[in-house]
Amino acid sequence: MNSELMTVNFGPQHPSTHGVFRLRITLDGETVVGLEPVFGYLHRGSEKLAEERTFTQVITLTDRMDYTSAMTNNQAYVLSCEKLMEVTPPVRAQYLRVISAELSRIASHLIGTGFLINDLGAFITPLMYCFRERERILELFEMLCGARITLTYMRVGGVFQDTPAEFWPALDSFLTDMEFHLDEYESLLTGNEILLSRTVGVSSITTDQALNASITGPILRATGFDWDLRTVDPYEVYNRVNFEVPTGENGDNYDRYLVRIKEMRQSLSIIKQCVEQIEPGKVRLDLPFLIRPDSGEAYGRVESPKGELGFYLISDGSISPYRCKVRPPSLINLTLLNEMIVGWKVADMIVTLGSLDFNMGEVDR
Amino acid sequence: MLSENLWFHNIYCFLYTGDTAISGCSNATGLLPESLNWMPYYIAGFSMVLVLINIFMAFGALYTYAERRLIGRFQSRVGPNRAGPFGILQPVADGIKLLTKESMIPDQADKPVYNLAPIIMLIPVILVVAVLPVGEGTFMTDLNIALLFAISITALTTIAIFMAGFSTGNRFAMLGAMRAVAQLISYEVPVVLSTVGIILLTGSLSLVDVVEAQAIPFILVQPLAFLIFIIGGSAEMNRTPFDTVEAESELIAGYHIEYGGMKFAMFQLAEYASVLINSAVITTLFLSGWEGPFSFIPSPIWFLLKMFFMAFCFIWIRATLPRLRMDQVMSFAWKFLLPLSLINIFVTAIEVLIFGVNGTFTQGDLWIISGINIIVSIIGIVIFSKILEIDSGFNTQFKVTV
Repeated sequence: MNSELMTVNFGPQHPSTHGVFRLRITLDGETVVGLEPVFGYLHRGSEKLAEERTFTQVITLTDRMDYTSAMTNNQAYVLSCEKLMEVTPPVRAQYLRVISAELSRIASHLIGTGFLINDLGAFITPLMYCFRERERILELFEMLCGARITLTYMRVGGVFQDTPAEFWPALDSFLTDMEFHLDEYESLLTGNEILLSRTVGVSSITTDQALNASITGPILRATGFDWDLRTVDPYEVYNRVNFEVPTGENGDNYDRYLVRIKEMRQSLSIIKQCVEQIEPGKVRLDLPFLIRPDSGEAYGRVESPKGELGFYLISDGSISPYRCKVRPPSLINLTLLNEMIVGWKVADMIVTLGSLDFNMGEVDR
Repeated sequence: MLSENLWFHNIYCFLYTGDTAISGCSNATGLLPESLNWMPYYIAGFSMVLVLINIFMAFGALYTYAERRLIGRFQSRVGPNRAGPFGILQPVADGIKLLTKESMIPDQADKPVYNLAPIIMLIPVILVVAVLPVGEGTFMTDLNIALLFAISITALTTIAIFMAGFSTGNRFAMLGAMRAVAQLISYEVPVVLSTVGIILLTGSLSLVDVVEAQAIPFILVQPLAFLIFIIGGSAEMNRTPFDTVEAESELIAGYHIEYGGMKFAMFQLAEYASVLINSAVITTLFLSGWEGPFSFIPSPIWFLLKMFFMAFCFIWIRATLPRLRMDQVMSFAWKFLLPLSLINIFVTAIEVLIFGVNGTFTQGDLWIISGINIIVSIIGIVIFSKILEIDSGFNTQFKVTV
């Protein structure tokens, strides 16, 4: 029987492309035989805009890159600024940064998991469950800095302000509840027959492939390779806390899901240890309003929920960076899209896109 | 012997004046004068049609509200609660909004087919109401092939989906229609075969006879058939986990992607009403229809209660399960449901041979049959789920080398 190939535009307006991602796919019936990703619909020129802003103002731009985990973006940027200026923030500020970054990681992984199951076809229910818990994290952020999504909590040399009194009890109750909720997710999802049959073995990549494409984050760890910047190149207070780096085995969609769930548990344990260790003190260095680092360059990197997020800054001694280059993990994790998707069914493609958990704000910048 | 239609008879006799030998009524004088003898027949028939169809359509609209509200609860949110008390007027608001929308036809569309598809989608849903025994002696007609009629008429929706998908000229719609044709035809087979056991037990295709034969509800006597019917039913209504035809996250909306305004509303109404119709058919076949334990509650109320319970179960399933992939959906129909329905027919046929005296069963016989069938269905489900796991590619993934 003769069949004709069909080219379909998935996106930019499509419910499961996670923003304005466009895929020109060639279909043979249900099978994807060709694929061409098209980015750039959300390009705002953040890197160029950074050259026009002062060092502190650039923090607001980083919020808008990976808008699901603004804390880690802030952290990566202020870390590279501090490297450039060769200053170290107070210890309390470092703890606060780690706590908020781990909260941000949980929030981002909740979104990633929720949307993955939503892409699997569950009628929004898991997504709403995940958003229920994310809402509490956003409330914690609201206590910290008054904002919920675009936080701008961290500053060069510390954080914006010390925590209000009601933050710590709220954090404690969140930590207690979240463990229960993670168990709830796992009991509903991890052994689910449909989830297993849809995701196990689908779109698997090997460690070599992932390393060749500079893939980082949960996608790399799902292939079984233990690489986490928090242990490999510890920044801030990560060398003072104990945690494991969960890895998968096959690098398929299911392992990516499982790694994220396990990472949330590890994040909870990190936050708990930080809460025990944190001591009163200053939260911010007394730096001038307009920072003028000496001319030079610096690369600061953190383990963001999506992978290695790096900011490469060049300063010419003025009040704004001469060049600000971002290493966006979401974009680089999309490198293997062809290897992961071509040959699979349309339905698998959607699940794979969900499991990659990319964020168009970060891909296009 | 077809049962008497009490509702029709009462209205007819209330109006008819004339010879009781002709009319079959107890009273000789009715509301209308004798010169209008031709009228009561039409009035009685029309009133039944009007009431039953409008009740089902109104329930279909209300069901959209119920589904949104209940799924809201399942998802720990509120659901629509603005229009009217508890948001109960939400369907009305939706209807007004959709009615006032501009009717748009895409340039590439095949216009007659495009316009006809929503109507054809709605017709089967309304036609099935004709044979549903809603209460004791309350039905439009007691067709002697009612079961076959209901199943074959609902299968017509495939044609409507096919028309909608291929006439719009949209590729997502075409993908949806391709999936629909494969899926709906496949699931028709086990659904029809699952009802054969009931036909064997009752010896009749009339839905009224089916209800009257249920000394104990057939959900106990035919558990396997019930399971197959409910699974196949949700596949035919395009509901999770078999909603590959609409697949919001893959095909956006599937076959009705290019429809707007009232045409879209007709698709939605047909879809939601078909859930109610399916629940009504399941109630009739497996939950002993209008019969209830307490006779002080009128029989239509029992019927509606059971129907709403089944509809609630469908909402529950929709809020819970993720979607299967297309090839899994197909292998599930052919490798799991079909053999199980054949086993069900085989076992039931042997039981009918052993226990049946002139095709009738005592209640004790039915209990024995139900015991055997429950054991058989548990064993069958376990064995065939193992086979499905090992053999069929349900858990192995297909990657095509390009």
